[in-house]
Amino acid sequence: MMQHLPILQVLLPLLASPFAALLRGRDVAWGLTFVTTGLAFLISIALFFQQRAIGETMIYELGNWAAPLGIVYVIDAASALVLPVISGIGFIATLAARQLVAAEIDARDHGLFYAAWLLTIAGMMGQVTTGDAFNIFVFLEISSLSAYALVAMGAGRDRRALPAAFNYLILGTVGATFYVIGLGLLYMLTGTLNLADLAERLPHVEETRAAFTAMAFIALGLFLKMALFPLHFWLVPAYAHAPSAVTALMASTATKVSVYVLIRLIFGVFGVEFPGLADAVGLLVLTLGIAGAFVGTLAAIVETDLKKLFAQSSIAQLGYMAIGIGAMSATGLAAAFLHLFNHALMKGALFLAIGMIAAQAGRATMGTIQGAGKQIPITMTAILFGGLALIGVPLTAGFISKLYLIRALLEQNFWLLAGLTFISSALALAYVWKIIEAAWLQPRPNGAPVLRETASQYIPAWIMVVATLGFGIYATPLVEAAFAAAHVFIPSVAGAN
Amino acid sequence: MSAENLIYTLLSLPLLASALVLLFRNQPNLRDGQAVLLGIISAGAAFQLYLLPTGASLTLLELAPGLTLSFTPEPLGKLFALVAGTLWPLATLYTIGYMRGAKEKNHTRFLFFYAVAIHATMGIALSGNLLTLFVFYEMLTFSTYPLVTHKGDEAALKAGRVYLGILVASSIVFLLFGVIGVWAMAGTLDFVSGGILAGKIDPFYVPALLALFAFGIGKAALMPLHRWLPAAMVAPTPVSALLHAVAVVKAGVFTVLKVGVYIFGIDFLKETGGSEWLVWVASFSILAASIVAMTKTNLKARLAYSTVSQLGYIVMGMALATPFAASGAALHIAAHGAGKITLFFCAGAIYVAHKRTDIQDMNGLGRTMPITYTAFALAALSIIGVPPLAGAWSKFMLMGGALDNGYLLVLGVLMVSSLLNLVYLGEIVIRGFFANPTRKLKGVQEAPLTMLLPLSMTALLSLALFFAIDLFIIDFGG
Repeated sequence: MMQHLPILQVLLPLLASPFAALLRGRDVAWGLTFVTTGLAFLISIALFFQQRAIGETMIYELGNWAAPLGIVYVIDAASALVLPVISGIGFIATLAARQLVAAEIDARDHGLFYAAWLLTIAGMMGQVTTGDAFNIFVFLEISSLSAYALVAMGAGRDRRALPAAFNYLILGTVGATFYVIGLGLLYMLTGTLNLADLAERLPHVEETRAAFTAMAFIALGLFLKMALFPLHFWLVPAYAHAPSAVTALMASTATKVSVYVLIRLIFGVFGVEFPGLADAVGLLVLTLGIAGAFVGTLAAIVETDLKKLFAQSSIAQLGYMAIGIGAMSATGLAAAFLHLFNHALMKGALFLAIGMIAAQAGRATMGTIQGAGKQIPITMTAILFGGLALIGVPLTAGFISKLYLIRALLEQNFWLLAGLTFISSALALAYVWKIIEAAWLQPRPNGAPVLRETASQYIPAWIMVVATLGFGIYATPLVEAAFAAAHVFIPSVAGAN
Repeated sequence: MSAENLIYTLLSLPLLASALVLLFRNQPNLRDGQAVLLGIISAGAAFQLYLLPTGASLTLLELAPGLTLSFTPEPLGKLFALVAGTLWPLATLYTIGYMRGAKEKNHTRFLFFYAVAIHATMGIALSGNLLTLFVFYEMLTFSTYPLVTHKGDEAALKAGRVYLGILVASSIVFLLFGVIGVWAMAGTLDFVSGGILAGKIDPFYVPALLALFAFGIGKAALMPLHRWLPAAMVAPTPVSALLHAVAVVKAGVFTVLKVGVYIFGIDFLKETGGSEWLVWVASFSILAASIVAMTKTNLKARLAYSTVSQLGYIVMGMALATPFAASGAALHIAAHGAGKITLFFCAGAIYVAHKRTDIQDMNGLGRTMPITYTAFALAALSIIGVPPLAGAWSKFMLMGGALDNGYLLVLGVLMVSSLLNLVYLGEIVIRGFFANPTRKLKGVQEAPLTMLLPLSMTALLSLALFFAIDLFIIDFGG
């Protein structure tokens, strides 16, 4: 049983999905999803510790077919770190979904909703674990197609979910197509799709224009999927109009998985030494990353719809991850992994809390939360902590990310870029402050609906808040795991931590 | 008690006080009494720690590899802890008198955040590395915000926005940048005697890195980042007295001094000349703020600009890059602390007893409030730098330091500034004692005893400090 864990965490949600679609009754489909995601979470935690204990890459051969002919699942320090993020968020979001979905989705559609929900989680887990480039594409499509459907399900409450989902579908498909075109070129050049095998054979053909083109296509396709500025336009409407539970799940996981796949392909397959990579990807990613950080933050400052506000902030936060990648160093990658992890926690907390407000009030805007600090103090405090973490206030997880991101830039002597990163992250104060002022310093307007909160509503968000604070106060194991993940792609230099 | 236990005591007493404030929220006398009592204990603990030899260290937790929250009291930190620890119980006693006398609301919330702010100040004072200092620095900003906006009206909220905006933005843009910059270059953030940057950084970058700290530490109120301090004067006077004359602003200049001495190192700054520009910026701040102070007729506003000016002295003491001037700067933290808290205490006493805030309305008040005005005069003389009061020593040492490094012009700046101090603080005393009252005043009409007692004690402290000066001169030469 234990040796099958690497496949089981993908297989479980995949198999549970059709059952969820068939099940009727309000809580039955939810119950199945809850148990499945819970198991997947436990498995990925077990895998994490197993991998940390043995300290080397675990390879699972599907059907006992050895690579490169068979498909392998790879649990190394990087995938072992990202898996618990996906499944953990999936689990907590499922916990919150019971109320959110009941409030926002027509009862007849619950089975279908949870089927798509499980599929998208399975797809993401698959992308993280598989060691086969084409298999990544398959899982990418599984998770994306079900995500399009999930976003579109917001239409029952908000018709704008339909164009948002359509937009997302078109751009997502363009991204996936770019990826598969690049993959085709690679297959043509090397005759293999196994990631490790690709990495071995690529150096023989690295001077060819086809190899460079392949890299460009793959990178561009993934930029689109991870919503890197200026390819981010699908993200804000999709997050804003999707059902609240879907927003919480996707904001913390979907783009992160694409960041992970980008790192895996660019650093794991092409490698930092690949000709033209440092210029084409490194410089470009740095530039787009910092531009995205500013654009996203400034857009968030003027936004009044809370889901859109934090979706814009996600653009900025993805910019920071991109900056970590663009630094092209072990510290930079570690910072990207740290922020991938930490941002999932904070955005999870924020969107779960906001979702609870939106599910009650129909939508969550600055007006909805005006003076709400006294009515729903626990929920609003969760939003406050999530916001502080976004700014990078010390003793929150965001601070740790920022420390290592800036350190990575300073190690490369990118002082100006470090300064700009600082300014953009400080600007986050402006939109967080706007929320604090609306919620606590302004009176509740007369005739505004009374907001309520019960334990089952705020507990999911608070689990994430506690994690955000916990990983901000004691981040040592996480930092070590992030560096271990980074060293999978860029071997460590003696003496550096 | 061992030094480790004293560190725990100093850090936890204010937290205990704030918890008890919440617990006894319905019994005002018990609530207020325990805060004063715990304050007195903490003053004793701070004094005991001050007398113990340096060397103790305490690590609370490890945030990330090599980044710890730890506390290492060194002479400068112990001095600051002593200043904050001694003035806290006096200010708390004063607060009780003021809040009841001025009929302010929400005493519980006020006392709660007051104690939390002291906890943050103690954390800053005893911090063993820059990260710890930064954490408590931010905590101090956030915990004082509810105190600044205590009144809750539009003006208070507006001032609060300026307060939080400048302090948070400067610290998370410049200060944190400087902290991480030091970490990336030196590989550590520990405060080490002689600094940690020598040989780790190209001397060319020293002025720029120093600028990140000088302007990142907004609490030091170096012009042009001083705007938050006058804005914070909307707070009830006990806040202005303890926090915006002592804890918060002194946390700022303390941090500047500590970074100069234990991160850059005085010798390194002197060799590279990286702090020369700061001498002139501080000079400008000293003179410009004094001139602005003369134009203010609101008593608290005038005192606030006087504080901005006096903080410039301490920044200058670091920038002069000699051990003698740095000792003078450290001394000025204590001397100005005792003096300025007295002035604010008096301003609050005048407000509670006569509801006056404008200097032009205070003619002849000295005759009806003799104790308050005597205390005010003593403290003013100390700040001007007249012997036998504490301020004389620190100004003397700063001048000596300026001469050591050949800054003759700075000598002129210090003298002109003393003259300006004399003019704008003297005016208040002279109006109080010698001008004819605008309105009829009957006999002696002082503020309640809970206010008079603290303000007389802090005034006497200025006097006592002059004679006990040996105890408070820190030798940065070694």
